[in-house]
Order: sequence, then C-alpha cells, then structure tokens
Amino acid sequence: MSKINLTRRGVLKTGAVAGAGLALPTYLSAQDSGFTNAPTGSTVTLGFNVPQTGPYADEGADELRAYELAVEHLNGGGDGGMMNTFSSKALQGNGILSKKVEYVTGDTQTKSDAARASAKSMIEKDGAIMITGGSSSGVAVAVQALCQEAGVIFMAGLTHSNDTTGKDKRANGFRHFFNSYMSGAALAPVLASAYGTDRKAYHLTADYNWGYTTEEAIRASTEAMGWETVAAVKTPLTQTDFSSYIAPVLQSGADTLVLNHYGGNMVNSLTNAVQFGLRDKQVNGKDFQIIVPLYSRLMARGAGENVKGIFGSTNWHWSLQDEASKAFVQSFGTKYGFPPSQAAHTCYVQTLLYADAVERAGSFAPCAVAEALEGFEFDGLGNGKTLYRAEDHQCFKDVLVVKGKENPDNEFDLLEIVEVTPVEQVTYAPDHPQFAGGALGSCNNGA
Amino acid sequence: MLGLGKKDTTLVLLVACLTMLAPFLLNPFPEGSAMAQFNAGYPDLMQRFVIFGIFAIGFNILFGLTGYLSFGHAAFLGIGSYAAVWMFKLLSMNVIPAILLAVVMSGLFALLIGFISLRRSGIYFSILTLAFAQMMFALAYSVLTPITGGETGLQLAPDDPRVLDTATSASGNIPVPGLFGMEMRDTAKLELGSWVFTFNVGYYFSAIVMLISFYLAIRIFRSPFGMMLRAVKSNQQRVNYTGLNARPYTLAAFVISGMYAGLAGGLMASMDPLAGAERMFWTASGEVVLMTILGGAGTLIGPVLGAGMIKYMENIISKINSDILHSWFAFLPDGLEDFMVAIVYPFIGKGWHLTLGIIFMLVVIFLPGGLVEGGQRIARLFRRKKQAKGDDASKAKQPAE
Repeated sequence: MSKINLTRRGVLKTGAVAGAGLALPTYLSAQDSGFTNAPTGSTVTLGFNVPQTGPYADEGADELRAYELAVEHLNGGGDGGMMNTFSSKALQGNGILSKKVEYVTGDTQTKSDAARASAKSMIEKDGAIMITGGSSSGVAVAVQALCQEAGVIFMAGLTHSNDTTGKDKRANGFRHFFNSYMSGAALAPVLASAYGTDRKAYHLTADYNWGYTTEEAIRASTEAMGWETVAAVKTPLTQTDFSSYIAPVLQSGADTLVLNHYGGNMVNSLTNAVQFGLRDKQVNGKDFQIIVPLYSRLMARGAGENVKGIFGSTNWHWSLQDEASKAFVQSFGTKYGFPPSQAAHTCYVQTLLYADAVERAGSFAPCAVAEALEGFEFDGLGNGKTLYRAEDHQCFKDVLVVKGKENPDNEFDLLEIVEVTPVEQVTYAPDHPQFAGGALGSCNNGA
Repeated sequence: MLGLGKKDTTLVLLVACLTMLAPFLLNPFPEGSAMAQFNAGYPDLMQRFVIFGIFAIGFNILFGLTGYLSFGHAAFLGIGSYAAVWMFKLLSMNVIPAILLAVVMSGLFALLIGFISLRRSGIYFSILTLAFAQMMFALAYSVLTPITGGETGLQLAPDDPRVLDTATSASGNIPVPGLFGMEMRDTAKLELGSWVFTFNVGYYFSAIVMLISFYLAIRIFRSPFGMMLRAVKSNQQRVNYTGLNARPYTLAAFVISGMYAGLAGGLMASMDPLAGAERMFWTASGEVVLMTILGGAGTLIGPVLGAGMIKYMENIISKINSDILHSWFAFLPDGLEDFMVAIVYPFIGKGWHLTLGIIFMLVVIFLPGGLVEGGQRIARLFRRKKQAKGDDASKAKQPAE
C-alpha cells in the first residue's frame, strides 16, 4: 500500500529544485550573433542531408558525390568545374567569404521524421549554416519547414512536387529542380506531335503527394490539347507488383498509359506493363503508348530494355553539349569515373548558387542570402539562362524532354534528348491554381 | 518520500539528477576536439532521449508487467502526434492542450484496439496489434490525407485558425510551440573554457514530464494492480481458475501504456510541430521493443537506458563519415590508415544498424536481463571484492544466489 508523507520541508525543497530547474535557462543569455550559427572561426559548415538508405539511396549517393565535388571546387581544389562557366564571378575558389568550406553529412532515410532529426542535429550540434539535399518531396517540404523555423537557408535537392514551391513554400527555402507543372507543360506539345491530339489516357499514380501533383499537372496539360483521361488509379507507394493494376488498362479502352511513378515504383510498373505486351497492342486503331513524366538515368538503368522509345522529362542530362555541362561532366567523371545524374547536377548547382549568393550579399545571414538569390538571373550552370523567381523561390529554365534510347552505347547512355523546351513555355503565374494556397512568410534569421 | 520505499526514492532521485544535469553529462568533450563528435548534449537529441524514454516506460508497463508483447505501439505515438499538431493548428500554440488531447486520443484508440486484440494472447495478440498499427499507418499515409497530410506529414500553415492565438507571429512566420510565453526551442548556452553546454526549454519541459511519468510507473509497479499484472504474466490460467477475470487488468495496462505512447507523441510534436506517418510504421513499433529488451524488460530504469542507447547510436554513430574516420587514423602510415578505415567503415554511418544489431545480439546472449543486468553484475563484482577484504563470517551469512 502506498503512503504519502508530505512534510513542509520536503515540499519546500522539491519546489525550490523544480523552480531552479525551470528558471535556469532564462538566466543564461541566448546567442547574440544576430542569426543562427553565424560562423566565427576560419571555416563554415554546410549540412548535406541525403538518403543513404531506403528506396532512393542510389540518388542520395550520387548527390553526396556532387556535394563533395562542389566543396572541393569552392575551396579551390580540382579543375573548378562549373565555377569557370558560371555567369557570376563572385566565387574566388578560396571558400565562401574567405572561410574554408567544411561539411557534415546525414541520412534522411527518405522519411520526414528522420530527415528532420538529422537536419536538426546538423543545425544544433554541428553548427551548419545551410542545409541542402533530399530526394523526395515529402522530405524536402518537411526539412524546408524546419529550416524556416530554425533560421537557416534550405537549398532543395531533387524534389519535383509542385508543393515544394507551391502550397508549402517557405521564405528560407529555394528550389533549382523543375516541377510537375513544368513536366506537363514541356511534355504536352511533344506528345501531341508524336502521338496526335486524340488519345485516351489512363493514369497510374503513386499514392502520395508527388504522385497527386504530377497527375494533376499532366492531366491538365494533356486535356488542354485534346486528350481524354479515361481513369486515374492510385497505387500504394510500397507496391512492387503492378500486374493487377495493368490488367484493367486494356479493358478501359485507353490507348495511352501514364505512369506517375518514380524510382523503384516506376521500374516495376513499367516492366510489368511491357511484359503484359501493352506496347504491342493496337487500341482505337493506334499503337498503345506509355509515358513516364519524370525520368532519371538511374531509373532508366533499373528498367533496362523496357525504356526504349518511352517519353519523359528531365531537369538535366549529361549528354548536353553546352560548355557548362561539359565542364561539369568532365570534372565529375575525372573524380568518380562515370557521368553525373540529374540529382547530382541540381545538388552541385544549388551549392554553388548558395556560395555565390553569400559572396554577393557579403554575409551569411539567411535574410541577406535570400535577398541575393531572389530574382537572381544567371547562366552557365548547364540549363541555359535561369531565373530564381522572387515570388516563390523556384528556378525557371529550359526543360528537357527525353526518350529512352533505342540503341544505347553504354550503361549510362540510356536517354536521348528529344527537345529542349524553352523556359517561356513552362513559366506560370505564381498564383497558378496548381500552386495556390501557400505563402512564403518572411525570411527568418533565427536567434 | 512521496509514498515510495527507500530504494525507489533513491532511484527517482538518481534519475532526476541524471536528467537535470544531462546537458553537462552528455557533453563531456570540449568543443572543437576530435572527440566532440561523440557529444550528445544538443537539444534535439536530449529531447529524444527523454521522449523515447517515456515511450519505453509506457511500453514496459504492458510488456514488462503483463508479458503481452504489443507490436503496434507506434500507432499510439503517431495518434498522439497528430492530435497535438491539430491542437496547434486549431486552438493555440500552448503545449498543454496539445499534450492533453494527445493523451486522451491515444487512450481512446488504445481502448478500442486493446478491447479487440486482448481477446487473444501470445503471438496472436502481437500479430493483431501489428495488423492494427499497419492499418493505421496505411490510413494515415494515403486514405486520410486530408486529416494527416499523407506522405508529407501534418504541418502548421500560416493560415491555420488558431482561435486562441494569433495565426502568425509578428515577423509574419508561423509561431512556435511554447508554454505560456516560454518557447520550446529557446536555448541558452553556457561556455566554460572550451566546453559549451546547452540548456533548452523544451528539453527541461520534457524531462520534468518524464520524471512524473517515471514516478507514476514506479507507483504502478509497486501497487496491488501491478501485482495483479505480474500474476497475469507468470500464469494467466491460474489467475483465471482463482476466479479472477484478467482481462480488465490487461486492458487497463494496455490503455495506460497507450496513453504513455500518446504522451510521448504529443511531446514530440511539441518539440517539433510536424507529424509524419512514418512514426506509425511497424519498424517504429519494433524499435520500442528493442529499447525495452536492450535496457531490461520489467525493470524500472531499463527501458529508459535502452531508449537512450538506441537514440544515441542512431544520431551519433550514423553521422560519422569516412572523412572523419580518416582524420582519426591520420597518425598511422598511409596503407595502415586505409586498412583501418576499411575495417571500421561498415560499422559507422549508414552501417549503424549493423553495430546496433551486434550490440543487441551480445546483450541478449550474455546479459539476458539487458543493460540493467550488466550494471547489477558490475555492482555485485565490487560488492564481492569489498566483502572478500572484510571478515569471512559475513560472507557465510550471505545466502547463495
């Protein structure tokens, strides 16, 4: 049985201890530098938060390689890569603002929770001044919100959902990668000229945020040119066998299958669709076609033979022949022995853009950096002339429409560029319905 | 003190000292030194230590006392988080209503799930709870996206109603969770020479909540109710034949432990206002089982130690990369350095699961009672030595183990 012996002295003692515990933090002064993690020594720390385990581990590994290369170039090592072709010449190859660049890495596990924990430890423990990375929109949105709260800059890695710079945009977050809307706008005209304007499309959509926005974007732009959407079916993200979803496609009377899938999902669903012989079928007097809105080289490699002749869009491809892309492929290839993926490219570019913005602003303070990035126009980073739009912190640049190569020369040469869609065609108003509902808020310097 | 025996009072005081002094204890290495990598005294990790401590204490009330192994406890953690974030969105950024709703909601769900699952025992019970948790996860991940935010997770937005607070702070940003004006993320730094110690409001708040939950757990362990639960664990049939219906007791234990999980979930959301569906995934449920077994199931402090151990590994070991390894072994000749790095590399960074697995294996094989048993063995070793020095007569009186 329990008994409670409350004595006056005991209560006083406990109260005093508890009170002291509560009061302690308020007695000590907070940081006084004006912004979170202001670098004080001769170095500055960047946080590279990429998936090292889980479904996007391949992309994460390639992103990390790109970050290491970028740090090397910023510190004046290697051949300088795209720093030589970049239109802004603020970077000197002596670090950022003469501080040597150091970095810490973390594993997002492609989970919002783990990604935030990892980013938090970078900010709180390692003193990272900027967080970058991620290979999933869910993670990007979660980490972006965290960086906004903590008062550091977030440079998004591979994230394609409209929401990252749409309804979930934040003042401290910036995205170089393109988005679902741009994929739709770039793909539609190419599809119209290749397959005609009278088609019936059947969508299979990964059942999560990115899937929804991609389906919405592709539907909107294909319906605008005359296509009809027969059905749109959601598939669980964890699905590995799509046979049961492919079978009903033919009965539906559709003649085009749109796979709003990414990574392993896309590899499996495309393989299933091809094995079912969809591409050899004739429906409504037309050849059956398959479309994959977001392509990556790593996915093309996973799907192997099956990607031949299939259209999709991509942010960047290593076979581009402009000076900047060639310089980047050259220095990445020299260091690692194979060409970089689009994930590696966007991460490398984001790091350079951040460093350059700090140099131009003359300060690491997030608000100053954000101001330097907003409305910044640049060239020479592999995508031609690019604008970082101030209204939503999204980059506007040309989008590549690609097709699986019929006769690849080697295991990296799997995609061929069909068309470079000019930036005007993929630009939209900041309050476009697909992006409505969010607000940037104001930039946060933190402590 | 407070209705506890002498031994338990010492234990509570010990835990209180450890948690209150954690910013010092967890940061033993000076800033900038090579060993600073192993410092764990930053707010996020300290908060995780105590929050997962609460989660594991609650799990231990069910598993340690009744022996019912629930494989779906993370569902309650998730429910608690979602409830708390909804409170932040609708009512106010004060953490008290959020945590209260988190506990109530998870208690209700635990009542429902427990009522159904407890009709079976043993492996069937485990599978039922696992099935429920996976159902919850699937619902949160896609079907209930309007309520849970789906894959992106439930987040605060500047246009949330927040009827008792302002929707946005003065600077136009989303306000942060706080307790009557004290922001949870407020942090003060104390610099002593090259040591830096961090004191965080959120951490101390969670630590006090953890101490209260720990105290409650002790009271439950020592109460007649706790004794009944132990009886269920040792032989449920015998309890039944004595004419006692065990189910109300097990259901009560299940609900209490679900509420503990909800409390932990609510605290997690209060420290970092985002609730993601992954929190409910079965691996998260498995993690709390690991924590409890690693620390010592059925012991009072074991689960807290286990939770601390796993969270430390997850956050510290996983962040060591090959560059850091190279700097550690830089004093060796080149060939040897690369060799050492190659040997250690699989166990750090993304290989932290491997290290955890090995430690877990060693603990289960050599210390079946968990870390607590390890501590007891060491303590006993010292006591024996002392006695060996003393007279032999006292040794003879000591009963054999």
